[in-house]
Formats: sequence, C-alpha cells, structure tokens
Amino acid sequence: MAGQPTNVRGTPVRSADLKKGRVFTTTYVPRIQYAWDTGQAIGRYLEELKNGRLIARRCNNCQRIMIPPRMFCERCFGPTHAWVVVKDTGTVNTFSLSYVSWDVRRLKKPEIPAVIEIDGASKGMGILHVLGNVSPKAVRIGMKVRAVWKPAQQRTGSITDIAYFEPIKGKAPAAKRTAKKPFKAKAKKSKSRKRR
Amino acid sequence: MRRVAVVGAGMTKFIHRALETPKELSWLAAKAALDSAEMKLDQVDCVVEGTAPDAFDGVHMNGEYLSDGCGAWKKPYLRCYVGGGTGVYALAQGWFHIASGLFDTALVVCEEKMSTCLPHPQAAFLTIFDNITEQPLKPNLLWIFALEMNRYMSVHGYSVEDIAKVSVKNKRNALGHPSAQLGAELTVKDVLASEIMAWPVHRLMVSPTSDGAAAVLLASEEVAKRVTNKPVWVQGVGWCLDSAYWTNRDLYYPDYVEKAAWMAYRMAGIREPRKEINLAEPYDPFAYKELHHLEGLQLAPKGQAPRLLADGVFDRDGDLPTCPSGGLLGVGNPIAAAGMMKLCELFWQLRGEAGPRQVPGRPRRGVAQAWGDLMQVGTVVVMGVN
Amino acid sequence: MKTPKNVETHVWRGGIPLESRYTAGLGGQIFFQALKERGELVGTRCAACKQVYVPARAFCERCFAELTEEVKVSPEGTLVSFTFSAYDRDANRLAEPVALALVKLDGATTTMLHRLLRVTSPEQVRIGARVKVVLKPKAKRTGSILDIEGFQLA
Repeated sequence: MAGQPTNVRGTPVRSADLKKGRVFTTTYVPRIQYAWDTGQAIGRYLEELKNGRLIARRCNNCQRIMIPPRMFCERCFGPTHAWVVVKDTGTVNTFSLSYVSWDVRRLKKPEIPAVIEIDGASKGMGILHVLGNVSPKAVRIGMKVRAVWKPAQQRTGSITDIAYFEPIKGKAPAAKRTAKKPFKAKAKKSKSRKRR
Repeated sequence: MRRVAVVGAGMTKFIHRALETPKELSWLAAKAALDSAEMKLDQVDCVVEGTAPDAFDGVHMNGEYLSDGCGAWKKPYLRCYVGGGTGVYALAQGWFHIASGLFDTALVVCEEKMSTCLPHPQAAFLTIFDNITEQPLKPNLLWIFALEMNRYMSVHGYSVEDIAKVSVKNKRNALGHPSAQLGAELTVKDVLASEIMAWPVHRLMVSPTSDGAAAVLLASEEVAKRVTNKPVWVQGVGWCLDSAYWTNRDLYYPDYVEKAAWMAYRMAGIREPRKEINLAEPYDPFAYKELHHLEGLQLAPKGQAPRLLADGVFDRDGDLPTCPSGGLLGVGNPIAAAGMMKLCELFWQLRGEAGPRQVPGRPRRGVAQAWGDLMQVGTVVVMGVN
Repeated sequence: MKTPKNVETHVWRGGIPLESRYTAGLGGQIFFQALKERGELVGTRCAACKQVYVPARAFCERCFAELTEEVKVSPEGTLVSFTFSAYDRDANRLAEPVALALVKLDGATTTMLHRLLRVTSPEQVRIGARVKVVLKPKAKRTGSILDIEGFQLA
C-alpha cells in the first residue's frame, strides 16, 4: 500500500510565472506605527541606560534581583519592592555567531548575540545583547564581559546606549572551549551502534 | 469527560511558495480529512482553526478570513494561537469541545502561508522579541535558536556533529512522505558543510519556510465507533508556558515541555513514558530541538538524547522511532500546519497506514509535541489505539 | 517609591516592517484571467447548493465541493446597498466623498464591493437601482480588482 496521505495537493509557483505576471498577485505594505508606553519599570531602565548604568528590581518575597526590571514578580505575583543598581559587567551565558541579519541578508563578519548574566543581579538573570571588540573565534561561554557605553551625548535611553559588551582582559574564561573548535564531544561513551 | 477519537486526517503538500490562497490550502486539507473519514461537511458540529502570527498570511483577523476554507460556514468556530505550539494545541482545543459533551464532531484545521511575507518570512519574527529592550538590537529568529543550541551543547558536552544526525535522520524519513518539501539522503558531512547561518546552526539544521495546511476530524466515542473500525483515541493533552523573560532562564532544558508532557501523561495514565510510548513526533524546527524536546518529553534522560540518537534508538526501525514523518526538517514547516502534520502522522502510524514510513511492531501509543513563542511554550498530545 | 522624571510619558516608537504579496489563488486565477484578457466577469457554480460565486472560488463554502463549472455573469446588476464615505482610511476628511456600492450581478448569487462612479450625493442613488460595470481599457488591465473602475447607474 502506498501509505497515507494520499492525493496530496498544492501548486508550486515558479519565479518566472510571477515575473511574467502569469500568476496574479496583490501586494500590501501595512502603514502601522506604534508608540508603546514603556511603563514604570522599563521607563526607568531606559532612563538609567541614558545615565550609563543598569538597573534592576528586587522581589523581597522571592529574594530575586531581576533584570530587565519589572514592577511585579511573575513568580509570586506580588509587586516588586526596590530598585537596585547593578554592575555593567557580566558573564556570557550563551552566544552565537550570526552570519544572517534580521532581514536575512548574509553578513561577512558575524554579529555575536549573547545572553549576558549581569553582575549584581540574581544568578541566571541575563539580558540579550551583542559582543564586540573580540575575535569570533575567541568567544567562550563563561567569558567575563563589560558594557561599552556610547558617549553620554549620543545616548538616547535605549538598550543600544550600550554599543556592545567586550571581554574583560586578564579575566580567564571558565571554559577552555572555543567557537572554532567547539565542544569536542565528551559524551560519546557508547561506541556500539547496536539497535535495541 | 467523554472519550474523543481522531477519525480522519488530511494535508496538502508542503511547498516553498503555493499558488493557493490560505483559505484554499485550508480547504484542501480539511476536505482531505473529511474524505478520509467518508464524512460530509454537514456532519461537522464545530470547527477549530490554528495559525501562527497574522504576519505570515498577512491577514489581520486571519481566523475569520480562513473560516470558510476550514468548513466553518454558519458553525461554531474558534481560532487558537500559541505561537509555534499552535498546531498541536489546536487538537486539544477541539478535544475540549467533544470531551465536554458540547459537540459530537470537530474539524481541526491548521494552515500557514509564509511565502506571502516579504522580503523573507524571517523578518516577521523580529516582532516576537521584546519591542523595547530587544528589538532595537535587530535580532533575528536564528539568534535564539543558536543561543539555546549552544547552551544545550555546552552544558552536556556535545558537538555540532552529534546534533547534525537529526537532520540526516529526518530528511531521510521524509523521502517516504508524499507531502515532503525537503526529503533527502544526506550525510553528517553534508550537513556540516552547509553554510553557517548563526553558529552553531548550519543551513541544513534549519527547517524551511513553507506553505501548507493539515487537518484532523475528531469525534465522540459514539460517532467514532459508527464511522470507523480504526479510531485513534486522544488519551491526553497538555500545554504550558514559561516566563516571557527568556534571558532569565537556563535554555539548556525545556521545563515547560516537561510540565506539558506530564499533564498529558497523567491524563493518559502513563507513569513510565519511555516504556509506555512506542513512537514520538517531537517538534524539530531546528535539529537540536528534537533532542531538547525528547528530553523534555521524558523520552531520554537529560543530556542523553544525542547518545540514544547515535545508537539508532530514534531510527524508524529503532526502539523509539522519532519523527518517522520526516519532521519539520524534512516535510517542511508551515508553522501551525507542521504541528498538525505530526498529529496526522501519529494517526496514520497508529492505524498502520503510513506505507513506506510505517514503523514496525504495530505501535499502540504515540506522542506529538510542538513548541513556540520565545522558547516558551510546550504543547503535547498523546494518542493511542485504545 | 519616587518615580523618576519623564517615565510616565516615556514611549518607544516602532513599527512592524512587513510587506505582503498575496496570490489570487485557484479561484482568483480564473476570475482575473477572464477580467484581464476578455473583460468578462466570471464566477463558479455549485449546482448542489444553487450558488454562483462571483468572483470565482475554488470551493463551495456550504458543501465543500470543488467548483469546476465556470459561469460568465452579466456586467449589469442590482444595487444592494451603497454609502458615501467622507473620510479616507487614515481618518482624513476627503475633498469629495467617495461613493461605494454593493452589487449583485445578474446571474450571481453573491454580492461584490466596488466604487460607485459619477454620483455626488445620496439623493441620486437608491437601493434596487440597476447598475453596470465600468472596466479599464484592455491595455491598462493587469489582472487586479482595479481593472474594474467601478459601477455606474444604468
């Protein structure tokens, strides 16, 4: 028996049919602009970015210092209790070398997005940013990094007021693995390929 | 609660760019599901529809737009949405309708037409990141997958090569699927030789963007026993969302999948998933995701899925076949429709109708799972022959 | 807690930078081909449900049958409803109101929306009036709903 599904349909459109107008199409570009209220927590976060520092919120109930800051704690569902200025240094929790831009253009030099656990916030509290002033081959999980701020007069109250995070020289990373020769498998204990 | 069975399933081809409109794709799949059960539209009591963000089809109120293509003319109808998890969740939504006693039949249709979105469907994903604290960094979807994959490999000590085997398996499995967009016979070397998109993610470890639709017909026990002698029972459903603060979590393990899985397993009376489940369709938009999700689904110990993969456990003739359909990597990834395709696969496999893809040994129970939002949602359905 | 200055008014401006290209689909190919090449309005018939859908559709929403019988309908029809819109879609007041028509073409069982041409005030129009379609010249037709200029009172 041929197997299900049977009689599957769907008609591929070739580029030539589109170019020559044999396939009728309509295009639409939505003209939608938003002005999102940033709210108390992120409003203050942006203000402090303009001032050149990172700020978090503490939940006394859960003993957590959270960044990005929030006015309520999603765990205990109570209000958070205090502002805490945290450091602008941290540890690379994970990273990538991205050769593709957000709109899918190919990049020669990769962007290096990373989740950075911020010093002074609770363990595991990271933010998304990019790394710079570092060879892609040298980036490691566990690497200590610091914020490189734009000059004060260029700061606008945006996460991009931090141009990027760069390695703190002299601080040895926790792991020895590099991006070029990544993570040599140490878990390959089972040599046999037996089928159970 | 009443027992609910799947009595029909159908789908379109998954293709890069379809001529059909989103509602025509929905109709093709929904009609195929009805035809497979030899039932007519007027025997359908209610309709559930699932699509991912409106940005792909490019239609606001996409659920309403699609309604006639889903067979919802003058019927109770509801769209559901949990990001990429929608396709599997949609069946749970249909299950409520019948288990509750409100309806006897429900048509569940999932559709996506990603080719509508220009210049590339990827651009629509920018909007899933936090609009104020993350979007200004111009992130792309690959970032979060690459960040999660790197974390997973790093914590457990695996290489890109270990992960690449998923692509090889799934693209090979897809060669037996009539709807497949990217079935292929490849080697690990081929996968690693494909261009790096966002290290450690290579092109051949990423599912394609696709147009397509898939559907199932659900029925109450009474109706199911009347219309088919091979009903496949919905034994359990589960879903769970984790915090939207994805940078505050350790991405190496999907807690939310574990929670969703146990919800479904408890309902199904499963205590030892690894022993009581015969096949799985974990969500595989990226190669590592299948492994990550198998661990969340309790079908491999934490950090052990790559080793079981290397041992052949997850092959079609292995002890626990995973993605025998060919998965998203092989069949394609029209987002919500891809999750629904996995449920269709369980239906065909459990009925012994999967033809060249049939897993041996008369499987009695399978699990399908989808994932979505910001590394955030797990949706799980368990189906079985009794 | 002291709220810092400007926080309440702080907004982040952004958009959703997307473009959509919609295919006309199986039904749309039939309708737009006929409109562009022959200047005809073509629908599809469902004999079982006694429907003629215009523009043509690939399937019947009532019984789910595939529709393969093409039907050329009349360029004339009846005005089912109309309005005069004084605002554009960005809520700007228009210099001249735009008249819009819902029309059931003779031979069709469905209505379609388009502009109502050559009228300036509601007093000139009544529901139930006979209208006829106005097409662009063939050289200017591209296979778009705008190949139809609109309807005018017959």
